[in-house]
Amino acid sequence: MKKAETSFSELLQSFPPEEGSIIPLLQNAQARLGYIPEEAVEVIADYLKLTESQIFGVASFYSQFRFTEPGRHSISVCLGTACHVNGGATLLETTERELNVKPGECTADKRFDLNRVACLGCCALAPVVKIDGEIHSKVNVINLKEMWNHYD
Amino acid sequence: MINITTLQKKSLIEWEALTHSNEPVIYLGMASCGKAAGAEKVKQVILESLKVHSINAKLIEVGCVGTCYLEPIMDIRAFGWPRISYGNVDEKRAEYIIQKHLVERNLSKTKPLGYLGNVPFDNIPPFSEQPMLKPQVRIVTRNCGIIDPENIHHYLANEGYSGIAKALKMTPLEVIEEITSAGLRGRGGAGFLTGRKWRTCYDTQSDVKYLICNADEGDPGAFMNRLLIESDPHAVLEGMLIAAYAIGATLGYIYIRAEYPLAIKRLQNAIEQMHKYGLLGDNILGSTFSFSLKIKEGAGAFVCGEETALIHSIEGKRGMPRTRPPFPAVSGLHQKPTVINNVETLGTVAQIIRNGAQWYRQYGIEGNYGTKTFSLVGKVRRSGLIEVPLGTPLRKIIFDIGGGTVKPFKAVQTGGPSGGCIPLELLDTPVTYETLASIGSIMGSGGLIVMDQDTCVVDVARYFLDFIQKESCGKCTPCRVGTRHMVEILENICHGEASADQLDNLETLAKLVQSTSLCQLGQTAPNPVLTTLRYFRSEYVQHINEYYCPALVCSSLIEYTVIKEKCTGCQRCVSVCPTEAITGPRSEPHNLDPSKCIKCRSCYEICRFDAIAGNAIVITSK
Repeated sequence: MKKAETSFSELLQSFPPEEGSIIPLLQNAQARLGYIPEEAVEVIADYLKLTESQIFGVASFYSQFRFTEPGRHSISVCLGTACHVNGGATLLETTERELNVKPGECTADKRFDLNRVACLGCCALAPVVKIDGEIHSKVNVINLKEMWNHYD
Repeated sequence: MINITTLQKKSLIEWEALTHSNEPVIYLGMASCGKAAGAEKVKQVILESLKVHSINAKLIEVGCVGTCYLEPIMDIRAFGWPRISYGNVDEKRAEYIIQKHLVERNLSKTKPLGYLGNVPFDNIPPFSEQPMLKPQVRIVTRNCGIIDPENIHHYLANEGYSGIAKALKMTPLEVIEEITSAGLRGRGGAGFLTGRKWRTCYDTQSDVKYLICNADEGDPGAFMNRLLIESDPHAVLEGMLIAAYAIGATLGYIYIRAEYPLAIKRLQNAIEQMHKYGLLGDNILGSTFSFSLKIKEGAGAFVCGEETALIHSIEGKRGMPRTRPPFPAVSGLHQKPTVINNVETLGTVAQIIRNGAQWYRQYGIEGNYGTKTFSLVGKVRRSGLIEVPLGTPLRKIIFDIGGGTVKPFKAVQTGGPSGGCIPLELLDTPVTYETLASIGSIMGSGGLIVMDQDTCVVDVARYFLDFIQKESCGKCTPCRVGTRHMVEILENICHGEASADQLDNLETLAKLVQSTSLCQLGQTAPNPVLTTLRYFRSEYVQHINEYYCPALVCSSLIEYTVIKEKCTGCQRCVSVCPTEAITGPRSEPHNLDPSKCIKCRSCYEICRFDAIAGNAIVITSK
């Protein structure tokens, strides 16, 4: 956290010390650290002169923020309506079972973390799964498993 | 001083140079949908092919024209021929088309979709004659997939920013009057008259006023805003300038979902360009009007699409709605008058000012003027983004534009989780705010999810309610607790564990949540349940009384079987079964032990696509 803390204090300065900066600060913290560790909440609270519970209260409201360390790769299974009617839920179940991981958690070997996402907006190519930045379209339970092999 | 005419002239020269260049130009659809379909890889292949054939060509990344089912899409303009469009361009096809079109100059076997422009060409049909495009009227989406969204000159060359230039010569009240008489209504779904909202804000005295563009497109199955911003960001930004000028706002926000990274990037880029050309900041286009703009990324909360929740989110609070009045146009962000408009609404504004209210009113029907974009998805043949005049019947949208369904049509869901399921009998309903409401649904932001006989309406109702339940902010009890109980009942029905009286409980609860919730999220949450109960009650009854799911979706009510006569014993299903439920030696029909089967669908899928026999595994009702 030491190293992160230094770069973090620079980051803080680029936002005005007001309530409206909570979400952008949390977003930037997560972009740098991959998640929101307790220390980040402390630092942000300190800078904005708010309590940690106020920061955590905001952070926990939004599904974007995670409070546990992510895996080396992030899998997001889209559960939008178009994906749902084309089998999105089955893809999530298969991922959970095969990789032995629950949404919001990370595999034991830290290879993947799994997330559910409400909609990625690629509905015409449903069902879709996002791994890191890349969106895979027209996924089925078979090519899903093959896809994982490209990430170690 | 920066003059719009000079800017446009300069841009036109660049645009004309591109359209008349001796160097071939390749346009590749690179919106998120194109990328998901593999456009990045196609781009690499194109670049390599050009190198191999020593062709100097320009590659331009455009947005999406809306025919997403044809992605990746590539257009080529060369040799004085018109711009010719190709669909389903995978890596192999890209190489082939480059070879035929650019090297051999022979289009006979390249299967183009059509040509763009007005000059007929050979035996190729115009692109606009494509069945998906022909019935459309493209106002908001006119530039999508045509211009380079990262190049402001392309927008300027196509009459861009002449709307704000014209507005600045009018008084704010005249601008508001023009938008009001055009009859433009909020395209986020509520359908409030945009001009009236602006007028309320204009009339409210305040030292500071804000404008917010709501790009928190949360409805699952809807991507109109994403596509518009990714393909033509300046259209929305010009609309924001006009709106800000009309209401007297000096600071604007674009509240956009973090799930749309490309759209955010395109906006950032567009805003930078606007600053460079004096279209943002102090004294815009040399006038006394000053305006600045900030992007606020949403953090993943569906309820933040509701305007008061959105305001709380920008203020750095938990995104919870509050009661209205006061409406944001009177007291909004930091208690100052604030107008919140949807992306599509703002995307329309500039064209109304440019062409006049009368021009706009020629589209649509009385009270519902203009066009509306829809994302046409689900079990429809031609899926993508479309734009049609309001008043177009659903049947025309789904069957003429979308090409209908492969299996028999069952229903269409409009308005996302807040909308309803509309059955076949009502497909001649013209799409207007009022008609959709009268049949129990809503216009919503424009998601149209088509369902066929393989879609279980009870499962869909459960899906939407589960979504709302998870997204409920928890402030009011009917929404927080009511939706939870509704989900429980629906789950029982899906599992075949519900009693007949639970259907009445569900209906009672739905009406209660509808009438007593604090905000629109809760008030509209029961719509999917109420409409499916209204139009598909028999399916609920079948689940309860006969333990039968007609669509064979609800996993507790179905089972998987191997058809011995069809199975060749190829063992592909054995290899994918995670629970060793399928067994059997090679070349002999396999056995499926239902007690071990977890209904994961793996064997069914692999038998359909990748087995020797094919379709030897069937799903049946228990």
